[in-house]
Amino acid sequence: MSVISMSPPKPSQKPSVLNTLKKLSREQLILLLSLSIVALVLIIFVVAPLWAMLRSSVLDSDGVFVGLANFRHYFESASVWHSLTNTFTLGITVMLVVGSLAFFYAYALTRSCMPYKGLFKVLGMAPILAPSLLPAISLIYLFGTQGVAKEVLLGHSVYGFIGIALGLIFWTFPHALMILSTSLRTSDARLYESARALKMSPFKTFFIVTLPAAKYGLISTLIVIFTLVVCDFGVAKVIGGSYNVLATDIFKQVVGQQNFSMAAVTSLLLLLPALLAFVVDRWVQKKQQNLFDSRSVPYQPSPEPVRDGICFAYCAIISIAVLVVLGMAVYGSLVTFWPWNKALSFNNYNFAEMSTYGWSPFWNSIELASWTALLGTVLIFVGAYSMEKGRDFTPLRRFLQMLSVLPMAVPGMVLGLGYIFFFNDVNNPLNFLYGSMLLLVLNTLIHYYTVGHMTAIAALKQLPAELEASAASIKLPQYKLFWKVTLPVCLPAVFDIGAYLFINALTTTSAVVFLYSTDTIPASVSVLNMDDAGQTGSAAAMAVMIMIAAILAKLTHLLLDKLFEGSTQAWRKR
Amino acid sequence: MKARFMKTALVTALTLCAATSYAKQEVTVYTAFETDILAKYKNAFEQENPDIAIKWVRDSTGIMTAKLLAEKNNPRAEVVWGLAGSSMALLKSEGILKSYTPQGLGELNNALNDPQASQAWFGNDAYFNAICFNDIVAKQLNLPKPTSWDDLTKPIYKGHIAMPNPASSGTGYMQVSAWLQNMGEDSAWKYMQKLDTNIAHYTHSGSKPCVQAGMGEVAIGISMASRGAKLKTQGAPLSLITPKGIGWESEAVGLVKDSDAAKRVVDWSISKNANELYIEMYPVVAHKEVVSEMKNFPNVKQVMAKMDFARMGDERADVLNKWSDKFDSKSEPKS
Amino acid sequence: MQTYLHIDNVIKQFGQFTALQQISFSIKQGEFVCFLGPSGCGKTTLLRSIAGLEPVTSGAIFQAGKEITHLPPEQRDFGIVFQSYALFPNLTVQDNIAIGLSNQGVAALECNQLVDKWLKMIGLQSEAYKYPNQLSGGQQQRVALARALALSPGLLLLDEPLSALDAKVRTHLREEICQLQRKLGITTVMVTHDQEEALAMADRIVVMNDGVIEQIGTPQEIYEKPASRFVADFVGTMNFIPTSMIDNNLMRIGEDLLSVPESLQELAISGCMFDLAVRPESLYFCAVEKANDLNNKDNSIAVNIESIEFQGAYCQVECRLWDDFSASSIYVNVPIREARKLNLSLQESRRIGFDNTQLHAYPSIRKAVKAVIAA
Repeated sequence: MSVISMSPPKPSQKPSVLNTLKKLSREQLILLLSLSIVALVLIIFVVAPLWAMLRSSVLDSDGVFVGLANFRHYFESASVWHSLTNTFTLGITVMLVVGSLAFFYAYALTRSCMPYKGLFKVLGMAPILAPSLLPAISLIYLFGTQGVAKEVLLGHSVYGFIGIALGLIFWTFPHALMILSTSLRTSDARLYESARALKMSPFKTFFIVTLPAAKYGLISTLIVIFTLVVCDFGVAKVIGGSYNVLATDIFKQVVGQQNFSMAAVTSLLLLLPALLAFVVDRWVQKKQQNLFDSRSVPYQPSPEPVRDGICFAYCAIISIAVLVVLGMAVYGSLVTFWPWNKALSFNNYNFAEMSTYGWSPFWNSIELASWTALLGTVLIFVGAYSMEKGRDFTPLRRFLQMLSVLPMAVPGMVLGLGYIFFFNDVNNPLNFLYGSMLLLVLNTLIHYYTVGHMTAIAALKQLPAELEASAASIKLPQYKLFWKVTLPVCLPAVFDIGAYLFINALTTTSAVVFLYSTDTIPASVSVLNMDDAGQTGSAAAMAVMIMIAAILAKLTHLLLDKLFEGSTQAWRKR
Repeated sequence: MKARFMKTALVTALTLCAATSYAKQEVTVYTAFETDILAKYKNAFEQENPDIAIKWVRDSTGIMTAKLLAEKNNPRAEVVWGLAGSSMALLKSEGILKSYTPQGLGELNNALNDPQASQAWFGNDAYFNAICFNDIVAKQLNLPKPTSWDDLTKPIYKGHIAMPNPASSGTGYMQVSAWLQNMGEDSAWKYMQKLDTNIAHYTHSGSKPCVQAGMGEVAIGISMASRGAKLKTQGAPLSLITPKGIGWESEAVGLVKDSDAAKRVVDWSISKNANELYIEMYPVVAHKEVVSEMKNFPNVKQVMAKMDFARMGDERADVLNKWSDKFDSKSEPKS
Repeated sequence: MQTYLHIDNVIKQFGQFTALQQISFSIKQGEFVCFLGPSGCGKTTLLRSIAGLEPVTSGAIFQAGKEITHLPPEQRDFGIVFQSYALFPNLTVQDNIAIGLSNQGVAALECNQLVDKWLKMIGLQSEAYKYPNQLSGGQQQRVALARALALSPGLLLLDEPLSALDAKVRTHLREEICQLQRKLGITTVMVTHDQEEALAMADRIVVMNDGVIEQIGTPQEIYEKPASRFVADFVGTMNFIPTSMIDNNLMRIGEDLLSVPESLQELAISGCMFDLAVRPESLYFCAVEKANDLNNKDNSIAVNIESIEFQGAYCQVECRLWDDFSASSIYVNVPIREARKLNLSLQESRRIGFDNTQLHAYPSIRKAVKAVIAA
């Protein structure tokens, strides 16, 4: 930016800066430019909104500084403690349940020789393709007062703790499964050989070898699940009944009462456990890396009928549960008018009649997801490349590397709220972004920046550090090296980032719920609105549409991978 | 990327400036009307006033109110049109709305207008609450049809009623406020206390209780009447019950910028022509001569609560705090 | 021959840490110079500074008479080979070599011919279409070498190019690099921590330690006339035997008195203590009959044999001063033919003699004695 701002008009004004810039080579200028862009984006779209939120938490509604009065006021209310207790009860329950369910599922996938592993893997990961509202709606069809299986709950209402917990267990399961399978897959076979040599029973081996090896993965999983649960508000809003949690409190304060200072205080409260969890997770990740070194031998399970049978039965039960929840949503979307007219039809998909927005939310979401995937992948990968492989401006690169992991610690609602504070400010020259698709895109991109960034860094680290130096010595410009070597080699990771961004942009509600305008309302928010408006069938239908779009995106991802495998990954074969 | 973006924005801004200087005069109107009707209103207005163009800025009632408050010192809106009466009262007390006497004021039903001296906002239409009662579920559970607010506190309805959480939903607050203003403060809180024992859960959205009643998830929902009517039309086995003292609110228009063009927008918005457009969407509109019977919509005019919107706006924070402390801190929904 | 590369007072600091302290030296056209030193001594930093990969804090670097201190690497004239090969993994062997050429605008036909020439030179014609991943380490490193040389740079930089390879491949490639270097006459700088490699390959060696140059010289000079105790210790094996000077003519090791050899005369101050440095191959066992001769006419010391290690071409015998069990070991290399004659056995007492022309003295590090002057 600095380059542009001081172009022709008055070059004499800042001669020193200009001279320094002149001294830089073209390579360095390109690097500086890309680093500056990433820095600018991260500062404007992460740091500034958070700062604006922090600021407004100590201001009253007229913008007068009131110190900690808002906080005092906040904690005086009795309902706060209930929301807090509820949030933590929910977080811990879901964390423990999902942690153990996913652990054994991952164990079965990686450590047994049961049949249909591929199918089970797909089904276990399937919930990630649905917005978090889909299980909530599906649970109403299943266990609601008119639900097909309400007897299962033994007379308890699904509205409240049970509903939120079930919905979130379903929705967070794949996240846990992903981390745990990775962590269990990278275990050292030599340890198992030693255990067998010591004549250890399989049971004892599990507790002495398997569990400790997956320890860090497990901790990391629990933390991720806890953060997801504490920060999600879609499920709680749809099926939470009167069970208040912090995330719905924020929604209540913003949309119900326009009490932004209080919302900011609640956000800070939500930000704290998320930040804490994030710090612990970073620490755990560092520990994990040392566990598996290049000399380790990956574990290959051998058939064992009893274990494989139990694993198969277990995975089958979970998979069926997943299918039932997804299937119920699809069924619900096809029922003409639940529960009074159970004839199947596509009426609910006729969005043009069901809501004022028609199909536009769906196309908005596709647009949002496409831009997020496109802009996000370019920004994240080029940014990660500049940080990881750049040679100069080391302090700036370090700073950016720290900044890049920050978004992960910020709950979506908090980020969204920060955007209101920052971009809805009349004095902000970027105010025109408010309500635009671009802001939604940037918000979503930032919300999921960190995971993409870490994927990119991991892929880049696999390339020898001296590649850039070698290229420079043969006078190959760095951008050419990037284009001819780095990008093709990292293409699978680039596709991963794109697919990740695309799918999450489709399913996210929390970050964008404060930011959409009538022209840009995304499908996930319209699911929420239609559910509110009583078009539960259409809400289910829209959720199913999101899921279909996500499945298509995933298939496209696989197709792209296959398509480019020959031309970019042939070298991996030995 | 950034640079190009700024450039585009600049060019757009310049074009806009240029356009307004020698073509139509543009009036910025903040609104909470549903999107699909905005174009219709704009076209109708511009046909009669070819020299003025309306520029809509639309958001939900809550966000719009917050936005107007946030822009208090530097208002960008010239007219607010289609915003809840209680919000308008708040905007007036914050000095954002200018007092003005539009042409044709005499033809309006004064109940929907600013009740205070030096009137600053004028009703366009009104929306109501109702009790949505699911006939089928009631039959299964042997529940009699309630006819008054007091009926709802009978033990037989325990766990069968849903109502919006007033802290999350304007509709919910509308009803709470109606109770407070019509029953008298003390008896209203006592009433809510009794009602609370029968409530299955408080929802975060105003139409949700009716939706849930429609789906049979609860038997009774205290909720937005228009939603109930729509659901009934769709085939939900609902009865809409409107006991005396039903909560309602008007959607109103007001002047922010004292310009001729803005005044003409306000004038048109209360005209008969405009009201004939409102009546397509809303059961009750301000103009005395414009009336219609909406399908499945209960006759509400006689049972409308007496509402002081200024008071509704003023005591909002206190009422919500009190309400939250009394009812929002229940950890488990009763089943 | 004229100076090709000149390093003038180069200083490199990383924060508080000084990696290079006022480094100055010159390299002549066509010379093969090795930077030798333990890890962390600054040798790689120096190489990277020459390449422009690491900006220097102060000082200047001249290449072919032109100052290049602040030029970015892509504007300098060098080829570089790293320990990690750093080949472009998704390009074939042929493309790895060709990419630099075609980027410089070399026509396709000429480019092909050049690549063929280089493939022939490194003996990998049949592997032209393979990916680096499918080659052995030695083969990959040869491709890296060809890639670095294909643009005919004026300077070849080698950053521990052989360290990742097996012993056999290493010696083989070592010879190939030397041959290639001589054939092309290209000025070459190689960084290594392997002194054997440096001794075998270099025309001159720059021994570095803690960011300072300890000695610059031909391999022979470095080996035979180490300029400091560090060099003596780091290059080859060196015995340091605590010695004290009795007077101008006599010095004492353990209980044995020896006459002061010519080369140590300048140290002959009575009472002075120092370490006598002598390489294992400059020590020999005296014939058995002389061992009992108490007069010690041929300047030998009595030792006890602790272990005998068979090394193929010679035996490495670990000895300890006969009466001092706390003293460190003294190693003696005995050529195998001689060893057979000597018939050494463990725990046996023998006398060892010195090759008087190959003795050095360094300040003792066990007891701080300031009066000692380094040889």
